[in-house]
Amino acid sequence: MVVALTIVWLRNMFAVVMLSGIYSFLMASIFVVLDAVDVAFTEAAVGAGISTVLGLTALSLTTEREKTPRHRPFLPLFVVAVTGAVLLYVTPDMPSFGDASAPVHHHVAPRYIEDSIPATTVPNVVTAVLASYRGYDTLGETTVIFTAGIGVVLLLGRRRKKQQEGEK
Amino acid sequence: MSLLGHYNYWIVVVLMMVGFYVVIDRGNLLKKLIGLNMFQTAVFLLYISMGKIEGGTAPIIWEGGGPYSNPLPHVLILTAIVVGVATLALGLGLVVRIREAYGTVEEDEIREQDDP
Repeated sequence: MVVALTIVWLRNMFAVVMLSGIYSFLMASIFVVLDAVDVAFTEAAVGAGISTVLGLTALSLTTEREKTPRHRPFLPLFVVAVTGAVLLYVTPDMPSFGDASAPVHHHVAPRYIEDSIPATTVPNVVTAVLASYRGYDTLGETTVIFTAGIGVVLLLGRRRKKQQEGEK
Repeated sequence: MSLLGHYNYWIVVVLMMVGFYVVIDRGNLLKKLIGLNMFQTAVFLLYISMGKIEGGTAPIIWEGGGPYSNPLPHVLILTAIVVGVATLALGLGLVVRIREAYGTVEEDEIREQDDP
């Protein structure tokens, strides 16, 4: 949380990008504590690793200093405070933290935990669900990444061609 | 326990609102994207913390193990993280293009150039 607030405060974009890497890494450690080891792996590799590299790359192609905003921050602060207050107001209706009798744990989750070994022989339930039960979902996910890759190549590839023409 | 048991949601809400504030207040497009990322991570934390069971272990089945935490939010969030990076990459690509076209990544300067 402190890291998050520092990100807001700092205007040197290099520090901001590095801090967001630290933030992702902290988030990954929290995920380990919350028993989500697979998610923690992904967050550490993708969030703290790839995102930081992407951010630094974008930074090297843009400016490093953020300018101080000219307008006053009261309206955005007000909107944020109201939204936050509404969200906090509804939290008591949610099941409390770590409660095993919460409705989420009693619908489809037990079935996956009990049947995944007979059905798929994979001991890790997350892997079993991701690659076997919801294999098409994962296929769709790779399609999304592929599309995003095409988008980036199209956006940045044209520029290189233009630069080369300029050099000629 | 009844009221304090919801502290995970409070953390989520605070992180989410910090990200939201960055997105709507800051003019720097790169910083906006980082704020969006922060907002996203808050949502991940919301899901993962809902899947946690008191005294549970990671959902890898072994003899004598259990209770296991709920594996379904983990699966959903794995997908969401990867898709999030894909959108971040695309957004950063757009920012770089905007910088080339306008020479700045500040929102208000771009607007001034559009209608002088």
